Amino acid sequence: MTGHPEQAAAFVANEDRTHWHDQSLWFVRSKRDRQASSIPEWEALREAASAIKTHTLSRLADYLEEFERNATANGIQVHWARDAAEHNAIVHQILSSHGVTKLVKSKSMLTEECHLNPYLEARGIEVIDTDLGERIVQLRKEPPSHIVMPAIHLKRQEIGDLFHIELGTEKGASDPKYLTEAARIHLRGKFMGAQAGLTGVNFAVAETGGVVVCTNEGNADMGASLPSLHIACMGIEKLIPRAADLAIFLRLLARSGTGQPITGYTSHFNGPLRGGEMHVVMVDNGRSRILGQETFRRSLGCIRCGACMNTCPVYRRSGGYSYGYTVPGPIGSILAPQRDPEKYGSLPFASSLCGSCTDVCPVKIDLHHQLLAFRKVLVDLKVVPLAKRLSMAVTGFILARPALYRMGGGLMRAIVPRLPRGLVYGRWNPWGIQRELPPMPKQSFRDLIDKEPS
Amino acid sequence: MSTVGLFIPCYVDQLYPQVGLATLRVLRRLGLTVEFPSEQTCCGQPMANSGSDAAARPLAERFLEIFGKYDHVVSPSGSCVSMVRNHYDHWLHGKPGFEHLRDHTYELCEYLTDVAKVVKVDGEFPHKVGIQMSCHGLRELRLGRSSEQMIAPFNKVRQLLVQLRGIEVVDLTRPDECCGFGGTFAVGEEAVSCLMGRDRIADHAHAGAEVIAGFDMSCLMHLDGLIRRGNLPQRVMHVAEILEKAELS
Amino acid sequence: MSSRNAILEALRQNVPPPASLPAPITTIRYADPIKQFEETLIGAGGALVRGSGAQDLACELSKIEVYASAAKIASLVPGLPSRDVDLNAIQDPHELEGIDVAVIPGKFGVAENAAVWIPGEALGPHRAIFVIVQHLILVVPDSEIVHNLQQAYERLEWKPNSFGTFISGPSKTADIEQSLVIGAHGARSCTVILL
Repeated sequence: MTGHPEQAAAFVANEDRTHWHDQSLWFVRSKRDRQASSIPEWEALREAASAIKTHTLSRLADYLEEFERNATANGIQVHWARDAAEHNAIVHQILSSHGVTKLVKSKSMLTEECHLNPYLEARGIEVIDTDLGERIVQLRKEPPSHIVMPAIHLKRQEIGDLFHIELGTEKGASDPKYLTEAARIHLRGKFMGAQAGLTGVNFAVAETGGVVVCTNEGNADMGASLPSLHIACMGIEKLIPRAADLAIFLRLLARSGTGQPITGYTSHFNGPLRGGEMHVVMVDNGRSRILGQETFRRSLGCIRCGACMNTCPVYRRSGGYSYGYTVPGPIGSILAPQRDPEKYGSLPFASSLCGSCTDVCPVKIDLHHQLLAFRKVLVDLKVVPLAKRLSMAVTGFILARPALYRMGGGLMRAIVPRLPRGLVYGRWNPWGIQRELPPMPKQSFRDLIDKEPS
Repeated sequence: MSTVGLFIPCYVDQLYPQVGLATLRVLRRLGLTVEFPSEQTCCGQPMANSGSDAAARPLAERFLEIFGKYDHVVSPSGSCVSMVRNHYDHWLHGKPGFEHLRDHTYELCEYLTDVAKVVKVDGEFPHKVGIQMSCHGLRELRLGRSSEQMIAPFNKVRQLLVQLRGIEVVDLTRPDECCGFGGTFAVGEEAVSCLMGRDRIADHAHAGAEVIAGFDMSCLMHLDGLIRRGNLPQRVMHVAEILEKAELS
Repeated sequence: MSSRNAILEALRQNVPPPASLPAPITTIRYADPIKQFEETLIGAGGALVRGSGAQDLACELSKIEVYASAAKIASLVPGLPSRDVDLNAIQDPHELEGIDVAVIPGKFGVAENAAVWIPGEALGPHRAIFVIVQHLILVVPDSEIVHNLQQAYERLEWKPNSFGTFISGPSKTADIEQSLVIGAHGARSCTVILL
């Protein structure tokens, strides 16, 4: 199995494309900076958002019960799922009891996490992702490469080629306006034919017993307002206590994620359509376990804005797929190994620990500190290869002994310059593939300090 | 009169002695008593950043033993200072002298601006300089405002350098993007690390920098390795080397 | 044990230390909120029309090209011309497909993000109306522009089984190479008339 470094190296091998990807995301980061700088209270908003999340997590069970009470009073049917399998079964049961064979979906990273689409498709239900980016990757039979911009890794020509085959657009046509119009017509047909709509949830409000869904395209509203059956799926961490708290989070969410003041549609669903049904499925799937971990619980505050991906110099240059998990980038590199440390063990190391993610995060998750902390967990679990663990132990041993350290340093400086270049820059030395080694001075600082006039 | 313990990171000691000497000279020109305790080796960061706490912890304990007695500890490395200030807590919490050490260990530039209260830098450096705001100094020590933060701008490194006669500090397109060094990241994620480094050099070059100046030799070592391999015209310098001959007051 | 109880129990077992809610923060005020609203709306791909009073609405509407040229208009603002679709005669929201323009009264606008609050009641018998039509015209009293979202939420009341939405500009997407395209699924244009 290959980890992030191998996947990333394959991505980076196409340098022009990597730079194009990097620039696309930096463009979004720059838009975020412009929007954030227009709000004098930006840092206070982040502080407040972080505090609200911390508070909510400290009373999550109570708030979930409050939500359930109020949602039920709104006529919403609330379901609880311990894991992905239970979530999928609940959704399928609701759909099949209504005879649904055609489902339209708006963006939900939770259903990606649970792999709902293949589950339903295997049971004869047509599932159409209606967010344009998600529809594009769905037609390509790929997962999203970014949680907010699912098709950020694709060029317009590739989408044009795809639409030519799938939607019958003109061959070679790649104008985004033209392609979007084609998708609009195609998906309008799907909306008209669907018997149920499934949405994600950006925020669930305990006080009102309703959920809030944000989109720019309006696809969640189409899916939740045309068919009479609306299913909203959420992780249990999506809860906030009061409707007024939405002001804080909505001011941060779109500005951080896409650099907009707010998304085009911010809809508050506090009940079913007249004569219809609304279901909310609340999923744990490992979240309650993370809540018990002091070092990592703050990751549950994530509002899935994607800002940490847009700012991450590694994500920008390695692409979403290099992470191999539903949620890529810095936040994904904490969430994924929580789920499977063996499989995702390379992700906490896929960071230079530059801390840009921490500074950009609208809810102030200490992302780069959590990445660092997770490395320790992986070493303790012995997921980190033995050679790497040993080399660190040996280095530590030497560095803790001044005489050994001094001797080792002196030997290195004496020997390396005398070795043939082919040996120094051999396969064993990843530093030297693209970089020269540092100069090897004859004397160290400690050799020279005595000659320094004091 | 306070005594400064000079903390020279292991790789600076071994590979960049001139940076250690420049730091020593800058501090002594201020009239400070500076000592270099020779038992010092490494702060433990390489091991800690690899998740090897067991290997890092003894180094943290040694560090406290060696440096605990000084009024101030100063180092020409933002990253190693951040290790002491932000990452020693869980090993040394409650140990005698730790809080003092943590709160009195400084990166060189912040020591000059915040403790020595240097307001005037009298010297010259007639070059176009791009400042590489290394991440740990920037975002963990707050040597400047990071581009993500929406607060009033400040930059302790720039504040010192711009006073030099003849210097032109150039503006980068991405003022504080990571260079890609990242410790073991530089080899573990070699491909991404090197591309990040080359992109950084290109940004400095685009802005017209002849010199890439920084406060962390580790990042500069990475950039320098790429520059020399690519036969590029830029060179790297530590801030201490640039300030070495200046009169600070 | 039911999943519900299992989840609640796990959460209670792993409960973090208590933490209180934050104090309210000071929020931005604009010198000219209407101007801010207009600029932000244009940035969001929308357009603003400033009318003088309710009696002028028909006149203002007639000047809007998509309205003037529309064949089917759904009006939720009382007292508009009879070219309109009778929404109450429609049984199934799918029959809304084909309506060119909806004119919908907004409760208030928000200067910082050009969002207009549309309570469910303003949408008449079919909630889908605001998203299914080709063009959207929102009518908001010009006295009802608040500075920011905090003020907005202070004004909102929550009735059981209700719906409400903030709309800021037309439907849009940037999913193809970050290139902004107006008219993804919902309205291809969004004009706000301030009266």
